[in-house]
Amino acid sequence: MVELPVPRSGEGPYLQVTDLRVRFDTEDGVVRAVDGVSFAVERGRTLGIVGESGSGKSVTSLAILGLHNPKRAAISGEISVGGRQLVGMPEEEVRRLRGRDMAMIFQDPLSALHPYYTVGKQIAEAYRVHHPRAGKREARTRAVDMLGRVGIPQPGKRFDQYPHEFSGGMRQRAMIAMALVNDPDLLIADEPTTALDVTVQAQILDLLSDLQEEFRSAIILITHDLGVVSQVADDVLVMYGGRAVERGSVEQVLRRPQHPYTWGLLSSVPSLHGDADADLVPIKGNPPSLINLPSGCAFHPRCRYAGRNGDRSRTEVPDLVPATERGHLVACHLPEAARQRLYRDEIARVGVAR
Amino acid sequence: MLRFVVRRLLVAAVTLAVISLVTFGLFFAVPSSPAKVMCGKNCTAADIAQVERRLGIDQPLPRQYTEFVKGVFVGRTYGEGDFRQDCPAPCLGYSFRNNQPVTKIIAQRAPVTFSIVLGGAVLWLTLGISLGMVSALRRGTALDRAAIGVTLAGASMQVYFFGLILLYLLVYSTGLLPFPSYTPLTENPARWAVGLLLPWMTLGFLNSALYARLARAQMLETLSEDFVRTARAKGLSARQVHTRHALRAAVTPIVTIAGLDIGTSLGGTFITETIFGLQGLGKATVEAVQFLNLPVVMATVLLAAVFIVVANIVVDVLYAVIDPRVRLS
Repeated sequence: MVELPVPRSGEGPYLQVTDLRVRFDTEDGVVRAVDGVSFAVERGRTLGIVGESGSGKSVTSLAILGLHNPKRAAISGEISVGGRQLVGMPEEEVRRLRGRDMAMIFQDPLSALHPYYTVGKQIAEAYRVHHPRAGKREARTRAVDMLGRVGIPQPGKRFDQYPHEFSGGMRQRAMIAMALVNDPDLLIADEPTTALDVTVQAQILDLLSDLQEEFRSAIILITHDLGVVSQVADDVLVMYGGRAVERGSVEQVLRRPQHPYTWGLLSSVPSLHGDADADLVPIKGNPPSLINLPSGCAFHPRCRYAGRNGDRSRTEVPDLVPATERGHLVACHLPEAARQRLYRDEIARVGVAR
Repeated sequence: MLRFVVRRLLVAAVTLAVISLVTFGLFFAVPSSPAKVMCGKNCTAADIAQVERRLGIDQPLPRQYTEFVKGVFVGRTYGEGDFRQDCPAPCLGYSFRNNQPVTKIIAQRAPVTFSIVLGGAVLWLTLGISLGMVSALRRGTALDRAAIGVTLAGASMQVYFFGLILLYLLVYSTGLLPFPSYTPLTENPARWAVGLLLPWMTLGFLNSALYARLARAQMLETLSEDFVRTARAKGLSARQVHTRHALRAAVTPIVTIAGLDIGTSLGGTFITETIFGLQGLGKATVEAVQFLNLPVVMATVLLAAVFIVVANIVVDVLYAVIDPRVRLS
């Protein structure tokens, strides 16, 4: 048995990520998938990470779980989980934390579950890895119990069914049951509702909130859906091109956003309260290539206001710096007063989702 | 599951009936009359007619076919009077060459081919799958490249070339092994194994090449699947992830190809049998063709078809056992 460092309890956030950088060396060049991202999540709180595909959301979460291939990904910075430093920790020790102290829910439960094993068996397996002394029966009891807890009817019968015999929503519930079977303190949900119907989405999100109250775990919710974030997250981190562009409470980022990229995200979501005839405003252009990131502010080629700072947007990478409001951080060259004024203009022009 | 098997069996029965018709047609596709072949050179028309009567080939065709099928299932009687010859089921007729019952010839030859193929298959499957798996897991390393090189060499070599090299190295020049021979397994298992080691090694190495490449490709594909990532996220060890989760899924297409390969080979491995001087089904078939020994040709062709059909059923059933999703359809 490898002795694990005893987690310090009660001090600081459960997960603390500091200046995380993930780099992949490919034949086409170096991909800086995550480039200096910092955030923290306390127990019982939910952080929503938002961004387009390729913004580094999933790479960040896989880095926390230590699931990147060490031969291909170069990871630097600090990832502290319950007081333990994960970057540079031997694989065997990370493996022992994985699934026990930190667990993950994946986007598409159909492909994320093994098609050849029953759902129950896969959950029981997750339990037995970290409870080597538990017998088959104990693991089964535990798995059936978890299936019931996530709201699957007739869990005893469902235990023996295969993933393809489950509906999409039930599969995601099973996936959640599998992630929670060891009472993890940190739960990372990577687009947990993207593959599901809207009605089922709401159920799954409610379930996550209920379970969080019960287990008091720290949750990272990765999504591109701002509606989902406003529903369940406490804090939000907006990522673009592998960097954090805005961070703050849900209230701050979704109601008083200060980064033009966040404005773009919000304008491209339909609002229930806005003008039904108003057109949605997509963000023009495409997400940047991570191999060849635009110089300066990575968002500048798509930013309507990039020209207002002379050459700065094109030459200088903006730092993520605190705004006036406590806890709100923005990486933008525009002066804060200008950002606030522009946002009011944006609201005036289109209905922004709330 | 039961319905699944029953349906497959019905389809198989129809397939075999069609094949038996076609093989039966072989009798009449050849230019020379079987009676002439059997009778020899100095034969009068009366002699030939007599032989024809004895063989039953003076009857109309449909009648002959039903007699043939009846012979297979319940047995039949050839000729009459002094030439009367009772042929109990399963009757496949008598060899034109030495009048031996065809079933007896098959019973002598089949165990040889079976031993060659099954022993070889064990070798080529274990060797191929483990080589493929290791090279997939060590992708891009020197080990992977070496494995690819070896399998490429194996895949591009022929039995008669590689087999003769082995013969030369292990038998003629060093004497490590005796010249291959067949001893029934029930008689002396050790001698059975030693006598067949060379053909096993030959088939094992050559066929494992294909399986190694297949296993490597399958394994690489499976390793990038989401469920493998889930298995790792659960905290399973690398070994558990690779065997219980990845290999299990990667092995399905290998089972299909292995089943059909083995089924085909059981019908006869002529080249291997010839090189190592073993009297198997493949040799029996080719000899029978050379001598227009039609009853033997028919029997071996039919038998080879049976093996392939049975292998198909076994593969289907295995598929359903491995992949629960197949059981639904």
